[in-house]
This record gives sequence, structure tokens and C-alpha cells, in this order.
Amino acid sequence: MSETTRTTGVSRRTLLKGTAGLAGLAAGSGAITGFPYVKSADAKVLRYLGTAVNEGDDISKQCLKDTGIKIEYITATTDDVTKRVMTQPNSFDVLDTEYFSLKKLVPSGNILALDAKKIKEFDNITPVFTKGETPGGKKIGGQGTAPWKVLYLEGKDSKKFATSATEFVTLIPTVYNADTLGIRPDLIKRPISSWSELLNPEFKGKASILNIPSIGIMDAAMVVEASGKYKYADKGNMTKEEIDLTMKVMIEAKKAGQFRAFWKDFNESVNLMASGETVIQSMWSPAVTKVRSMGIPCTFQPLKEGYRSWASGFCVSKGVSGAKLEWAYEFVNWFLSGYAGAYLNRQGYYSAVLSTAKAHMEPYEWAYWMEGKPAEKDIKAPDGSLLEKAGAVRDGGSYEDRMGAVACWNAVMDENDYMVRKWNEFIAA
Amino acid sequence: MDTSEDILHQASPDLVRGSETARRSKAARLSPSFISWLQAGPMMLVFLAFFLIPLVFVVIVSFWDYNEYQLLPAFSGRGYTDTFEGCIAQLPDLCTIGKTYLMTLKLCFMVWAITLFIGFWVAYFLAFHVKSKTWQMGLSLLCTIPFWTSNVIRMIAWIPLLGRNGLVNSGLMKTGLIDHPLEWLLFSEFSVVLALVHLFTFFMVVPIFNSMVRIDKSLIEAAYDAGATGFQTLVNVIIPLAKPGIVIGSIFVITIVMGDFITIGVMGGQQIAAAGKIIETRVNALQFPAAAANAVILLAITFLIITMMSRIVDIKKEL
Repeated sequence: MSETTRTTGVSRRTLLKGTAGLAGLAAGSGAITGFPYVKSADAKVLRYLGTAVNEGDDISKQCLKDTGIKIEYITATTDDVTKRVMTQPNSFDVLDTEYFSLKKLVPSGNILALDAKKIKEFDNITPVFTKGETPGGKKIGGQGTAPWKVLYLEGKDSKKFATSATEFVTLIPTVYNADTLGIRPDLIKRPISSWSELLNPEFKGKASILNIPSIGIMDAAMVVEASGKYKYADKGNMTKEEIDLTMKVMIEAKKAGQFRAFWKDFNESVNLMASGETVIQSMWSPAVTKVRSMGIPCTFQPLKEGYRSWASGFCVSKGVSGAKLEWAYEFVNWFLSGYAGAYLNRQGYYSAVLSTAKAHMEPYEWAYWMEGKPAEKDIKAPDGSLLEKAGAVRDGGSYEDRMGAVACWNAVMDENDYMVRKWNEFIAA
Repeated sequence: MDTSEDILHQASPDLVRGSETARRSKAARLSPSFISWLQAGPMMLVFLAFFLIPLVFVVIVSFWDYNEYQLLPAFSGRGYTDTFEGCIAQLPDLCTIGKTYLMTLKLCFMVWAITLFIGFWVAYFLAFHVKSKTWQMGLSLLCTIPFWTSNVIRMIAWIPLLGRNGLVNSGLMKTGLIDHPLEWLLFSEFSVVLALVHLFTFFMVVPIFNSMVRIDKSLIEAAYDAGATGFQTLVNVIIPLAKPGIVIGSIFVITIVMGDFITIGVMGGQQIAAAGKIIETRVNALQFPAAAANAVILLAITFLIITMMSRIVDIKKEL
């Protein structure tokens, strides 16, 4: 909810900024001289556009301490980040975005490919991104916009994704996770092992799904496939007929009153689950942790059909060059050097360079978060609050088990336009 | 708001200075119509810059084409044809846009009827039962208290009250009136209408109150003297004279509800369609021309409703 508010706030603010400019013109007084602070010429400042996921105060403070680079966060929702890259490419320097957005961002020509040779830890980036397999060698499902399909460009100014490794990288990976259904074990009182349970009439009026069309439809596809109704060639790139079929199943469920509500942001999902309005819903890992830290049992349930994964990383605006570009590389290198990775791992996400993050974590923390072992000591969040008592085991187990069971990746379909129209039909049904 | 004030601040010194010099030098030649233009000018400019020009852009963009990542400035009716997709093929079933507008109009009508009923009686009480001006003022201000917090907070405050384990349900269960929680209290049409009524009744109260206090009390006395009952006075004297206020209040409420998607989204659990919601989904998917086309359709329908209402009462004449 608060994110929804923030979204409107941001767009309203942007709108006001735009109109303020117009107002200046209309009044004939020329440009409005705005900002109350004066930037010193030497300060290393990077404007960082992204969602709230990575934008911790601790990270920007540590970065300033280690590198002297001051990070100015520009926070927006996933959709708004993409919108901003399209419409105001000069309003940011570093972009933190998801791989599936690249299908829109790269053809727009507004982002700059980064040079792999200048990224110190590039060769240590987990093979999840480069080869589509876990460090232990498990093959990862590649349906949807899997990162390795869109990681490289053919040339420096190319708008085409390369099929094999080149030195021009679209997004330097930073953070990713494997998503599944969250459940309330205390209210369900029996084991849940399949995505098909989301539409089980047993949970009528107590289920929920994500109301972001491109992601929601993939969760819906996991459900359809799990219930044996249809097998998709690629859940992340459906044909019109497949979209029709998927939405038909969802519309029937909606009409039968299966869903309590749909959610769009982190806090909404936490509130629905914590208040008992829903007992089973698509969810994000830190949201499950948040519900649990409120003293309410909640499980991020591993399911036999696997996870839907997402990943994000850094790229740079086309407008950045010279010294600023060097700072951008310095910042990305710092981000992969361990502190930030450990910080993300402790929140239940995964970091792109495992070795450096491991060096910044206590062995018992690494064992709990990454190896799926019972916690030797109490597990604490980066801010020091208690997440799990000693003895707890992470839902879904180790990194190998969780990332190895990924079935598909967040995606933008070729038939995106049709899918959005169908989604509106679903909401109206 | 801020920007319109900015523009006034920036514009007015020049204007004031200009009008002063004008008055000194050629006071005799300043025609009254010029002064009227001068007075209306700033508002006109604001209107032009922030309403008319953007509106023209929206209409233009609604006829453009688009792909995944950019607008294509070539004429295309795709935004409109896509919107009305299946409207003929699916008959007699309603298409998406038809269902959406039916739901929006239904919510709009319910909210309008309830806010009108409540708003009318609150205004009636303030205008005719509260004798002292001070009390009238004080009580009207009391009506604004909900506006001291943000719209979103007022909306979200309903959730712990109406939820499955909320205050209302647990209260009713304790008294034994129900044995299962009432599911329709939250994330339903009921909760949407409740929140909208809570948010917007005030917009009905103020214009109706404003019309009512201007009714000449001697008219009511005359009606009483002529033997009219209270009900006859209400129907034949007060309601006709309060009509401009009723229409203005209705315009406020209807235009706000027609375009709302945040309240309908939060209180309806994102499961209830709204005309504004379609626009939001399209904008988020970067399909700006389709969003613009939907905005134009929404504008046209709202405009139609307002025109019909102003047919009933000539607001300009009544003011």
C-alpha cells in the first residue's frame, strides 16, 4: 500500500516538476532556479534509479565510506523505473533494473552496455547468470526472460542480444531470488506441495495472486500446468491461444470467489497474510520473513513444480560518459566486492558474486542462508532485528536446492499488448 | 496547486505594475472590457497551460501507434479499436470495456445517491436548524476534520475495521449475531462504496449548504403562512432553490468517482474494474496511446453526464 502511495507521489511530483517548468515559460520569467543546495564540483555523485529492493541506507553509507561516491537514490516501482528510462533517460546515471525489462530498454537505445573487462569480479559471477546452471552443476529452467539470454549485446552500440558471451554486458547482475507461494501453515494445517493448491476450492475466498500482469500470468501458468490442464512451451512467452486458456482458468476461479484480493506491492502482501485475509498467495521471500517477524507463522513453501525466478542488476544511462562513467564502474565494482552482497544475502535474497559475499558473512550466517543448514545461533536481519531463532532451517533449503529448482523467469512476452488487455478483462470479470 | 500559485505570484507583479502605469498615463482610455480581460487573464493562462494544451496532447497521442518501447507518431486507431475489442463479437455478453464502464457507473450512481442523501440532510441541518452563524461556521469546519489526514490513510483505516478478523466482525461474533465472519464487509462493492461515501460526502455538503443559506427565509415563512406542510415546503420551496448546489455537488462527486482507481483498488482488493484502472494498467505497460485513448473515452463519458445534468439546471443562470 505504501508503495502504491509512493508511486502516485512520485508521478505527481514528476508531473509537478514538469508543470513547474511550463509555469515558468507561461509566466515569461524563463527557467525556475530550483534547488537549495550547491553541489561542489569535485563531489562524486551518482544518481541511482531503482526499486526499493537494493536501496538501503546502509549500502549508500558504506559506499561513501569505501569509495567516496555519494549515491542519490531515486526510488520508483518496477513499472515506473522502466517508464522513466524511456521518457527521461538523462534523469539518472546508474540504473538498477530487472532482466525482463531489457526487452524494452535495450531497443530504446537509452542504456549503455558495460565493458565486462572493467568489472573485476566478472569471472566470479555465479554461473546462474552466465551458463544457466548452479555452481553445483544443476541445470536451471530457462522459460521466460532468463538472464543468460539477454546478458550480452553483439556490439557496443548494438540493440541486439548476443547468443554467446561478448565483452558488452547489458546488466551486471546484483540480486536475484526464487519465488513461490507463501502459506499460513497454522490455518491450512496440512502439507502443501503443488502450485495447483492456489485454485483449490478448499481455500475459496482465501487465496491471492500478484496484480502485476506480466508476473501474475506466470504464476497463473504455474497453476494451470500443475493442475495438468495444459503444458506450455514457454510460460514466459505464450501464444494468444495460451493466454486465452490461462486467463479463462483464472476468470472461472475469480467468478467462483477463489480470490480474496490481488496485491501489488510488498506491504499489501504482508498485510493480507498477517491479518489472515489470505492463507495462500504468491509472495516474495522478504515479505514472508516480515510476516514471521510479526510472530505469525508463514512458510515460503517449496513446490514440486519449482520456482519462478527474477534477477536484477546495474546498467548505466546512455548520457553518462567521462569521469562519471569511471565512478559508475567503481560503484559497480564496489557493489560486487562483498559488503552489499552479504547485506542482500542476509535479507533472504541472493548476491551475484558468492565468494566475496561469503567473506563478509559469519560462517553460521552462510550456513543458514546459503547451505540450508539449521541456524547455529539466532539469525539477525541487517538492521539487527531477530529473524529466526537458533535451530531454524530456511524454507526450501540451500542455494543449490532453491536456484536449482527454478522453472521459469519473470518475462515480457511478445504478445504483451494482448496479454495486458486480457488481464484487464480478468479484473473486469 | 503550488504551480498555479507560482504562476500567479510571478505574473501578478508585472500585471500590477503594468496596470498602475497604465492607470497613471492613460487612465481615461482603459476600457472596462480590457480590465475584465486583465482580471480573467491569469486564470485563462493557467487553464491553457495546464488543461487545454495537455488535453490536446492526450487526444493527439491517443491516435498514435506504439510498440514495446516507444511511441510511433503515425496515425492509428489501434488505441480505440483494441479498447472496444470483442464488443460486437461477444454480444449479448458485454465486452471488457462495457463491463468496466457498467461497474464504474454503478459505483458512481450508488455513491452519488448516498452522498446526496446524507449531504442534503447535513446541509439542511446546518442551514435551517443551527441558528447562530458562529455555530454554523463551527459545525461546517467540523465536517472538514476528516480532511486533516491524507485520503490514503482515511481509506486504509477501514481495513482493520472491516477485515475477516476485524473489529466489526469480532464484535458481531462476540454478541452472537453471526457465527461466521461476514466476508462481504471488505474487498467488495460494499467497502468501495463505503469508503467513497466517507471520502466525498463533504463535497456534497458544502455547495448544498451554500445554496440553502442563500434562500430567503421569508419564502419559507410565506409557505408556512399559506398553509404548506413541512414536506410541501421542502419539495416546492427548498429543493428547487437548492438545485444549483445539488448539481454542483453532484458534478464534484461524479467526476471524482468516474476517474477514481486508487480507492476502488484498495477497498475492492484490486478485483473490481474501474475506468481509471484500465488507464493505469496501460500506462504501466508503457502503452501510452492505448492509455490516452481510454482517457479520451472516459472524458467523453464524464462530459456527457455533466452535460445532461446541466440540462436539468442552468447553473450559470442560477448562480
